[in-house]
Amino acid sequence: MRSLMKASLAALITTSALTGAATAGSHANLEGTLRIISDMSNPNPRAIMEGLAAEFDEMHPNLAVELEIVDREAWKSQIRNALTANAPDVVNWYAANRMAPFVNAGLFEDISDMYEGGELPGLDAVKGAMTMDGKQWGVPYTYYQWGIYYREDIFKELGLSEPATFEEEIANCEKIVASGRACYSIGSKFLWTAGGWFDYLNMRTNGFDHHMALARGELSWTEDAGVRETFANWRKLIDMGGFIKDHQNYSWQEALPFVVNGEATAYLIGNFAVPQLRDAGLTDDQLDFYQFPKINDHAMGEDAPTDTFHIASNAQNKEAAREFLKFVTSTDVQSRINGPDGLGQLPINANASVSDDEFIQQGFDMLSNNATGGIAQFFDRDFPAEMASVGMEGLQEFMVFPDNLDDILQRMESARQRIY
Amino acid sequence: MLSYYKRNEIALTPILFLIPGVLFFAVYVIIPIFQSLSISFYQWDGLGEAKYVGLRNYSELATDRAFEISLWNNIKWLALYLLAIPAGLFIALFLNQNVWGIRLYKSMFFFPFVLSQVVVGLVFSWFYLPREGLLNGFLGLFGAGPINVLGDPTLATYGIIAAGLWPQTAYCMILYLTGLNAVDPEQVEAARLDGAKGPKMLWYVILPQLKPATFIAFVVTIIGALRSFDLISIMTNGGPFGRTRVLSFYMFEKALSEYGFRMGYGSAIAVVLFLIMLCFIAYFLWQMYQDEKAARR
Repeated sequence: MRSLMKASLAALITTSALTGAATAGSHANLEGTLRIISDMSNPNPRAIMEGLAAEFDEMHPNLAVELEIVDREAWKSQIRNALTANAPDVVNWYAANRMAPFVNAGLFEDISDMYEGGELPGLDAVKGAMTMDGKQWGVPYTYYQWGIYYREDIFKELGLSEPATFEEEIANCEKIVASGRACYSIGSKFLWTAGGWFDYLNMRTNGFDHHMALARGELSWTEDAGVRETFANWRKLIDMGGFIKDHQNYSWQEALPFVVNGEATAYLIGNFAVPQLRDAGLTDDQLDFYQFPKINDHAMGEDAPTDTFHIASNAQNKEAAREFLKFVTSTDVQSRINGPDGLGQLPINANASVSDDEFIQQGFDMLSNNATGGIAQFFDRDFPAEMASVGMEGLQEFMVFPDNLDDILQRMESARQRIY
Repeated sequence: MLSYYKRNEIALTPILFLIPGVLFFAVYVIIPIFQSLSISFYQWDGLGEAKYVGLRNYSELATDRAFEISLWNNIKWLALYLLAIPAGLFIALFLNQNVWGIRLYKSMFFFPFVLSQVVVGLVFSWFYLPREGLLNGFLGLFGAGPINVLGDPTLATYGIIAAGLWPQTAYCMILYLTGLNAVDPEQVEAARLDGAKGPKMLWYVILPQLKPATFIAFVVTIIGALRSFDLISIMTNGGPFGRTRVLSFYMFEKALSEYGFRMGYGSAIAVVLFLIMLCFIAYFLWQMYQDEKAARR
């Protein structure tokens, strides 16, 4: 009965909204219910999401916004059930290859017309990450840079400066190791952090295009000389004692104290680590950021994972859902939710203002001026899920037992031949 | 209708009583077994069309090293978990005396079984921590170590089994304690008059009387070994590089986790796991049947 009513309501809304849109422009008179399931379950993002839902509800007096927030990790498997049975209107997800299962199964709504029709101004730069089979399947709402976060005070103490090349990086690391510290903290228990290292080493050694070809399964893990060179570069850092010991036991959060206590001087991680490092007592004088240094002569490619909103193709209230996507990507909302009181990340709308936080500014500058190679999403978002899981396991093993490389690559290669 | 029931009351009533149980058992246990068997012949991501691939999932299993490791780990779990039975027996024998406060001591020994597996896993993973852990502090006293139990691919599985043995031993102990209450004091008296004591007394007089307790302890320990999922998930998440996975964990990873969703392959793993369980199920049923027969005679 309820669903019947909903369906008829939705039909009513579509017709009325269609005529409404023509007259009232972007502020269509929306009715009914808008159901959103969000994975923004960490305290800060949660508050943002609840604020957004409440605001959107306020803006449209005849529309009731129902928000359900699901644990971020749990959502990664729950989304399948959510999209198939009694689907909500709007859901959170990730860009690039992570959309593939839902795009292929026809569970995400094609919203290419919104991009074409100019309903999403300022989103041209990020359109690529939302494109699959030549169509767009959702909108981003935030992204963040990856890079090396380091202890500025320890660098000063040892007389080091931010390295621009791999030789300088290694020279720095030698001095750091000699001072009894490790160069890099990492917690690889959940594997993906090792994926970040591979992304950067491979993009710097062989260039962005090589990395993407590898992600598309066009290159062999065993035969390709470039892949070998990447691992050889990685091995230099491993053999010199660059990484903390026993990192296979720690999650990325558990590896933070090594940086806070000064036992490791740097951490290759996403910008989401900054609030935690600050909470642990590091001031902005002690903490700084630099772009992963150049290795071979390639244009710099960067990892900048993008989080997204999508409309379910089984949604009941698509008109309101589309309006909501316009709302979250608008200049004003983007400036606000990514600001220092919000997510503390980068806005995806080119016209939005970027917060004056030291790290956000550096990240914004890096991604806009020195990421000419291209923007990647991340190892586990660019590679197909199965390849990513086999791959990251191999990467972790390589970091602990670099001698097993041949065997690891063999396994990754046989996985590649099966998957693609 | 009613008179038909009246005439056959004796035959029909048990069936009526059985129907709800049988129905639920069929829907939740029996039918899913055959469903997973049939899914294991398909390639399916859980969303799109399922594609029939015959035995390909199984032939892939045969060459999958991660599967082989998981299978071996399952065997290690089954074999080593049985240590809980003798350990529980000896603690039970030790606690089976009348001194002041024995109830308190018994409940202290039983305590780990009350804890959730997740708590046990957390406690042990802190115990094993490479730098701050109690274990390495202790080894340090003798100048040994430090060892990183959960980070070492050869040791990690044994480390988790040791954690699992802690509550399982307590469980077996409680089973034996109740069993010991039922030991016939007259037989013990008679054996003592005949000069039996120590190990001989235990082996020939006490243990045969504890046979029902031993059987139950065996059953619950085997079940416990096959349910090692939560400990592995908490302590190592299957790592380092997949060396602590067991079949149930591997099945979950392949079929239901973040990077998985190969339902067919996961089902194939589940079928293999079911075949292993089937050996034990057959043995348990046979044993119970024998007991029934002996009781009826």
